[in-house]
Amino acid sequence: MLVTPQSLVFAQAEPFVLESGATLQPVTLAYETYGRLNADRSNAILILHALSGSAHAAGQHAPDDTRPGWWDDCIGPGKAFDTDRFFVICSNVLGSCYGSSGPASIDPATGAPYGLRFPVVTVGDMVRAQTHLLDHLGIDRLLCAAGGSMGGMQVLEWAAHFPHRLRAAIPLATTARHSPMLIAFSEVGRQAIYADPNWNNGEYYGNGRKPDAGLAVARMVGHITYLSDASMQQKFGRRLQAREQYGYEFQTEFAVESYLKYNGNNFTRRFDANSYLYVTKAMDYFDLSQPTGSLAAAFAGATAVKFLVVSFTSDWLYPSYHSKELVRALYAVGADVTYLDIESTWGHDAFLLEVDTMTRLLSSFLDRLAQEEGIARP
Amino acid sequence: MSPPLRPDLRAIAGLVPQGAGVLDLGCGDGALLDYLKREKHARGRGIELSEAGVLACVRRGLSVRQGNLQEGLADYPDGSFDCVILAQTLQYLDDPVMVLGEMLRVGRRAIVSFPNWGYWRCRLELLARGRIPAAPDLPQPWHEAPRWQALTAADFADFCRRQGMAIGNAIYLADARVISAWPNLRAKTAVFALHCR
Repeated sequence: MLVTPQSLVFAQAEPFVLESGATLQPVTLAYETYGRLNADRSNAILILHALSGSAHAAGQHAPDDTRPGWWDDCIGPGKAFDTDRFFVICSNVLGSCYGSSGPASIDPATGAPYGLRFPVVTVGDMVRAQTHLLDHLGIDRLLCAAGGSMGGMQVLEWAAHFPHRLRAAIPLATTARHSPMLIAFSEVGRQAIYADPNWNNGEYYGNGRKPDAGLAVARMVGHITYLSDASMQQKFGRRLQAREQYGYEFQTEFAVESYLKYNGNNFTRRFDANSYLYVTKAMDYFDLSQPTGSLAAAFAGATAVKFLVVSFTSDWLYPSYHSKELVRALYAVGADVTYLDIESTWGHDAFLLEVDTMTRLLSSFLDRLAQEEGIARP
Repeated sequence: MSPPLRPDLRAIAGLVPQGAGVLDLGCGDGALLDYLKREKHARGRGIELSEAGVLACVRRGLSVRQGNLQEGLADYPDGSFDCVILAQTLQYLDDPVMVLGEMLRVGRRAIVSFPNWGYWRCRLELLARGRIPAAPDLPQPWHEAPRWQALTAADFADFCRRQGMAIGNAIYLADARVISAWPNLRAKTAVFALHCR
């Protein structure tokens, strides 16, 4: 499936006011679409990505592209999000470095990259920006919004604040409020970036010296939290990388070290350190129980939304109790909820790796939803 | 077409009013909820322990949560259902007092079906052969999981009285046949509808 990256520019005449009170003008959102919008515009599905994701959720940008989009296992013709039946949209988040307005974008006031002058954004701001995208695409109501991790937070934000604009919500491996442990891990990642002298308070775009070492460490910490004890045992054990014996020296020796180093370095080639600061900060602020203190109150308007909540048994970053707490709040307001705690050893990454179970679950859920909405089978 | 409902589920369905809000505890593959949704236009919800069961329910378009009944029904507000159903699961519960109490908190009525170990063949098995009988409809020996606790229809009726639960209906079945005389001796399965006194 060949796809073309697209982008929307809005807030050109009127500034986009953020939750913090700061403004952005204009705002760019990168997005991709797969499949075709039907005549009554009822088959649109919005896919929302996690911390380091992009709008490139499925397909390839060129025929010789070796890496398809990040959720290509589940999006495409005949897959769980069947693009022969549904019009699938994936929007990049505000603050990211993949084509949407973020700290690396040019500040029209100065003609230079924003750096830390880019205003701090929230998950709520990300979602409100996406409402502009839906307006632009002429979609009043989504068939559903789906995503894992930070993508799941956006799904919940949609359900809590724009319940009339979606029929169903699929939050996966996520939480309705970021826990202190999650904030702690975010902060370790940020501190690694701050500690890199190349970071230079976010002013590094012009000088060719990026805070790669800091960003790589941040990513390594992240990777550890996406795995599990069992998956690390399974994937690496105590295996040594490209050697038979201990070297009694401070080199990369274990396979797990090599994996982290590789992924950390790789990440610096594709992600911007300042974006990492902004997006992790947005997650840390995420707490739908505010301002009332009650999670149920947040979903009081979402009783007509059908929820499919999924957690994974070995996900210790967003443990199942987060999802159970969410389910309790949804029951309290009488919402229609299906909840599954999928048995998996893959840790937080399970939402992308348990493809067979996810495909069975998502396909049957979406098929029923489509039938209820009178969307024809392909 | 779906296969015909098990006789005890058919009896339970007969006790569910049109358009009722129903919570089915241990709903399995969702056969009863699916039937109630189609035939009784019920607003059905379920709780099921197994992943396979939840996946089967989603395939039928049912809204089900994965969960353990021993964790209770704390997530459900008081009186949020007309009927709470516990079909062929009572004998597996570690804490039937808690679960039945919770059923009557979140539902106006509780409908329970269970195997009757008072059935004459079970009595004969113990008397004549000195062996603990498997349940009449669940031919599973005592050592296999999930572990059951044997009870008779009369035991359960006593239990309800002691717990202050009123028995609105009691239906006794031997396969598809309804038993009226000597039910505790002749019925393989009992279906009780309970409410608070």
